[in-house]
Amino acid sequence: MTFLIALLLFVLAVFLGVELISKVPPTLHTPLMSGSNAISGITLIGAVVSAGAEQTVLATWLGVGAVALATINVVGGFLVTNRMLSMFSSKKKRTK
Amino acid sequence: MTSDFIQLGYIVAAVLFILGLKGLGKPRTAVRGNALGAAGMLVAVVVTLTDNRILSFWQLGVGLVVGGCIGVLLAVKVQMTGMPELVALFNGFGGLASVLVVGSSFLEVQSADVNVAISDTFTIAAAATALIGAVTFSGSLVAWAKLRESVGSFGFAGIKVVNAALLFGGIVLGALMLGAPTSTGLLVGVIGCGLMLGVTGVFPIGGADMPVVIALLNSLSGLAASATGFALGNSLLIVAGSLVGASGLILTQIMCVAMNRSLPNVLFSDAPVAGGGADADEVYAGKVTSTSADEVALLLDTAERVAIVPGYGMAVAQAQHAVRDLTRALEENGTEVVFGIHPVAGRMPGHMNVLLAEAEIDYEKLIEMDAINPTFAQTDMSIVIGANDVVNPAAREDPDSPIAGMPILDVDKSQTVVVIKRSLSPGFAGIPNALFAADNSLMLFGDGKQAVADIAAALKDV
Repeated sequence: MTFLIALLLFVLAVFLGVELISKVPPTLHTPLMSGSNAISGITLIGAVVSAGAEQTVLATWLGVGAVALATINVVGGFLVTNRMLSMFSSKKKRTK
Repeated sequence: MTSDFIQLGYIVAAVLFILGLKGLGKPRTAVRGNALGAAGMLVAVVVTLTDNRILSFWQLGVGLVVGGCIGVLLAVKVQMTGMPELVALFNGFGGLASVLVVGSSFLEVQSADVNVAISDTFTIAAAATALIGAVTFSGSLVAWAKLRESVGSFGFAGIKVVNAALLFGGIVLGALMLGAPTSTGLLVGVIGCGLMLGVTGVFPIGGADMPVVIALLNSLSGLAASATGFALGNSLLIVAGSLVGASGLILTQIMCVAMNRSLPNVLFSDAPVAGGGADADEVYAGKVTSTSADEVALLLDTAERVAIVPGYGMAVAQAQHAVRDLTRALEENGTEVVFGIHPVAGRMPGHMNVLLAEAEIDYEKLIEMDAINPTFAQTDMSIVIGANDVVNPAAREDPDSPIAGMPILDVDKSQTVVVIKRSLSPGFAGIPNALFAADNSLMLFGDGKQAVADIAAALKDV
């Protein structure tokens, strides 16, 4: 992938992100933040290759550390977002 | 497997992330949006496991299992009051993970055949990841510690200069790497500058500005992932990282607008100086009326419409369940109860909404600032619990006030205002609150949770 293609992807995704998020009700600010934070754990896929590839011992273990941290971010982030959102919806059913 | 297969998988994952973020923006689709995001992540990881560069799976498995267990534990154990801390912590982990990935690739490149040319793109992106990721990590840890109240704020006169120097130093060291792309010392230097910048950058920022900081760190964790994508030539990292970076920036912007301040002002200004506008003795002298739970209950008994305005004090006092009980009691009495939520109430975007949701208060009762403000004139009583600057009429009326122009909740326009507060101490802005001295204001001094419970109990006896 050339640098310019990468830059194009970056710029388009930034604009898309702005469009997607610009109108979010305050109730969802926290879940949006923790959910998008889980998505930023995507660095996990870079970590997976670093940890699994045949390379120097130090490089591998840096990769393993990255896998562990990114997995905490991903698994914890999506789970806790789901927990919060289910609170929002379940109490609605109970009051109706 | 071929790399085409992986790339196709990445496209699927990117689409799932986009649909997921879109879903997270609306209450009805938020749960599904989150699930779509998680599905995208699963697809991304599974196709990545087929990468033929991966030769050994056991260390990888260790990382996944350890990280997964810790993640589940943290997510299940956390109390909703601890949410800002957890979000800060996850941000930090994401930032550090990006730094480690780039560090690992850097070592690999370094140990490779000397004849292999190292692209400038890799070098610049690695340096950028190291800097952004390190700032995100240390900044998030400081934010986490501040939110736990283990540390206070500190600052000194020259801290802005130090921050600028650290940022500049990080960029210069990164640029020097173009001439020496295999220099470990330079990369470590960049990481060091980033780590220090995160600490000195976040430490001086006051508690009430935390929503801005948390949203900004969220954005930075996305940008760090995106920069990692440039270094590894990984399209999905670039796309997902910049989506998150953009959404975090939007949230940051929303928070800044709600405080009538610019981002540079939040990040680089010294804490607001007390003394601007009126002074405390002048504002309060002889005009503050204090009340009791019984008196408030009597007034509430005949009220038709009550607005509750929570702030960070409600979170500190863990008063959300007591507030729920009071709300139920009022509703049984035929009183309409709504909640006025200021966008920056609390310590992270949406903090009050999460706490009230935990206490099973219907989110349709939570009214945004712009929607509730015109209705205060028809409100019999507003109850302010642990909020201060966001209800200070000085923002509207006193052009000399440090918070002049900040949008506030106009509780002073309701017939009676009851302010539940420990003392007359000023809020974060360090200024007296004219609301406390207003003719229609009653102060109920005490712990938020206890005071609300007392009112609810007294209401039953009326």
